[in-house]
Amino acid sequence: MNTTWSRFNILSVVVGFSFLYLPILILIIFSFNASKLVTVWGGFSTKWYVSLFSNQGIMDAAWVTIRVALLSASIATVLGTLAALALNRYTRFNGRMLFSGMVYAPLVMPEVITGLSLLLLFVAIGFDRGFWTVTLAHVTLTMCFVAVVVQSRLVTYDRSLDEAAMDLGATPVGTFFQVTLPVILPAVVSGWMLAFTLSLDDLVIASFTSGPGATTLPMKIYSQVRLGVTPEINAVSTIMIAFIATGVVIASIITKRQEVQRKRDERMAMAQP
Amino acid sequence: MKSLGNIRRSFAPWNDPSAKPYIAFENITKAFGSFIAVNDLTLHVFQREFFALLGASGCGKSTLLRMLAGFEQPTSGRILLDGQEMSGIPPYRRPVNMMFQSYALFPHMTVEKNIAFGLKQDGMAKSEIEDRVAQMLKLVKLEQFGKRKPHQLSGGQRQRVALARSIAKRPKVLLLDEPLGALDKKLREETQFELMDLQQELGLTFMVVTHDQEEAMTMADRIAIMDRGQVKQVATPAEVYEAPNSRFVADFIGSVTLFEGKVEKAEGNRIEIAGTDGFPIRAESAVAVTPGATVHYAIRPEKIRLTKARPADPSVNAAEGEIWDIAYLGDMTVFHVRLASGKVIKISQMNATREAEEPFGWDEQAWVSFPANAGIVLTS
Repeated sequence: MNTTWSRFNILSVVVGFSFLYLPILILIIFSFNASKLVTVWGGFSTKWYVSLFSNQGIMDAAWVTIRVALLSASIATVLGTLAALALNRYTRFNGRMLFSGMVYAPLVMPEVITGLSLLLLFVAIGFDRGFWTVTLAHVTLTMCFVAVVVQSRLVTYDRSLDEAAMDLGATPVGTFFQVTLPVILPAVVSGWMLAFTLSLDDLVIASFTSGPGATTLPMKIYSQVRLGVTPEINAVSTIMIAFIATGVVIASIITKRQEVQRKRDERMAMAQP
Repeated sequence: MKSLGNIRRSFAPWNDPSAKPYIAFENITKAFGSFIAVNDLTLHVFQREFFALLGASGCGKSTLLRMLAGFEQPTSGRILLDGQEMSGIPPYRRPVNMMFQSYALFPHMTVEKNIAFGLKQDGMAKSEIEDRVAQMLKLVKLEQFGKRKPHQLSGGQRQRVALARSIAKRPKVLLLDEPLGALDKKLREETQFELMDLQQELGLTFMVVTHDQEEAMTMADRIAIMDRGQVKQVATPAEVYEAPNSRFVADFIGSVTLFEGKVEKAEGNRIEIAGTDGFPIRAESAVAVTPGATVHYAIRPEKIRLTKARPADPSVNAAEGEIWDIAYLGDMTVFHVRLASGKVIKISQMNATREAEEPFGWDEQAWVSFPANAGIVLTS
C-alpha cells in the first residue's frame, strides 16, 4: 500500500474537511463568545451556557425533543425490525417487490410531502396535534431507516441458526428471542440510534405535525433564528453536536472493539491444533 | 453365496423379512413450484443403522433429510418414524436432531450453552443439564473448551460442538447434512472413524447426506444412491461397488469401463457377448438374458490385468491396445489403454513392490485381460 502523502492529497483532505467542519467549528467557537453580537469576538465566556439553562422555552423544547426521539425511535425499531424480518423470510410471496419498494419509499420521499400528508391525515381523523402526532410522524419517518439497517444485516444471517434452534426444540417465538434477536442485536441497536438522531434533528415533519405545547428543539431554534441569531442558540447547538458526536463515537468504539476481539479470538483458535 | 467385499459386522436387519423399518419414507414426492426435488420415493431405514444418502448436488438428498427433520413438508406421501406418522408435527416436536452443514452454532453462546440449548427447551433440571453437558464435552473431547465462544474454536472443534449439541438430547435419529464437508482431508478421514465409533457407542440411528462417495463407503452400513429425486440402488457399500444394478450406479461409484454388446450365446448364467470393440466377452450374468439383447459389461480398473503378451489361458477375455496415458499415484498406477476401436480402458495396478515387474511406457503395445467373473452384466 502506498502510504506517502503527495501535496495534492494533503490539499484535498484539508479542503474537504474544512468544507465539512468549518461552519460547525465557527458555531462552536462563537458559542463561547462573551459579546452579544454573534459575529464580533468579545473574549471567552461560558455565560450563554448558563443563561441557556434558565431559558424555560428552550429547556421545554429540549425535553419534548428527547421524549419524542426516545419513544419514536423505540416504536420505529420494533416495527422496522419486524418489517425487515418479514421481507427477509418470505422471499416468495406475491408482490414482494412492491412491498419492499414501499418500505424504502419514505427514504427518498421529500420530507415536505411526508409532513403535509401526515398533517392532512391527522386533520381528517380529528387527531389533536401535539406530542403524539409528532411521535407518530417520526415513527413513519424513521421506521424505513431501521428496516434498511436490519435487512442489510439479515442478508448475511445464516437461516440454519433458526432451524437449528427449532430442531433442538425451541418454538418459533422462543427461537426469535433466544437466537435471532441476540444475533442481530447490534444492527437493531444501530437502527435505533439512527432513528433517534433522525428524530432529534427533524424540523420539517415536526413543523407540520406539531401542535401547542409540543415544540421541538429544532423548531425552537428555527423560530428564534428568525428573530436574529443569539449566542444562546449557538450554545444549544453546540450541546446538540456534542450529544450526537458522543453517541456516534461510543457506537463506533463498541463496533471496533468487537471486531478486534473477534480477530484476536480467531487467531487464537488457529494457533491451536 | 460368496460374500462381496469385506464383512464389517453381522448387522443386516434389511435381510430379515420380519424386521420393522424404523424410518419409512412412503411414496414421498416434493415439488418446489415446477421443480420436482423428490419423486415418488420409498425408502426404509432400520434402527441403529448408519445410513447414507449419496448423490450429486440437486438430487434431492438434502430435501429428503429436511423433510424428516420437519423443515419441509412432503407434497404427497408420508413419513413414519418408529411407527408414528410425522406429517403435521413441527420440527420442534420431532424426536430427531440434525447436525447442519454450516454447523449453525449459536455465535452469542458459549460451547456449554450451545450444547445445553436443546436440553433447556425441554425444561430439564439445571443440575441434570450440567451433568449431560459435561458428559457430552467429554465424549467429543472438548472438556477444556466449555467456556469458549464458537468463533474461538478451530473448524474441527466447531464440528465436534455441533455434533455434541445434536446428540445431547439423545434423539431417535441423528441427521447429518454433509457433516465433514468443511474439514480438510486428513481431519475428515480421522473424523469418519470417530463418527462410526460414536454411533456404535451410542446405539443411535444415523442418517447422513453426502456427495463424497468415499465418506459414504467408509461410514455407512447401507448407501442409497440418488439421482434426480429417485433412489437408484440401496445396498451395502460392497454391493454397490461390486454389484451395481445399473450403468448409472456403476459409473457413479468409483471408476468403471463399460463395454457394449449383443448377447450371442446364453447357457445358464454363462453368456458370450459380441462386443462392439472388436473382441468377444465371456461373462457370468446374475440376471437372465436372452440372445440378441443389448447389454453392458462393466468392469472396475483394478480387476483388469495388463501384460506385454496375451495370457496363455484361452478362457480369459483379452484385447490388444496401446498405452495412452499413465498416472503414477504412489500407492497405485492408473493406465489408460486405447484399443483399435478407439475405446479407452482404465486399468489400475497396485504398486505392491517398489519396482514394477513389467514396466510399461507411453505408446507401447500391451494386452488387457480379465476373467469372465471379473465384471458384471448390466441390462439397464
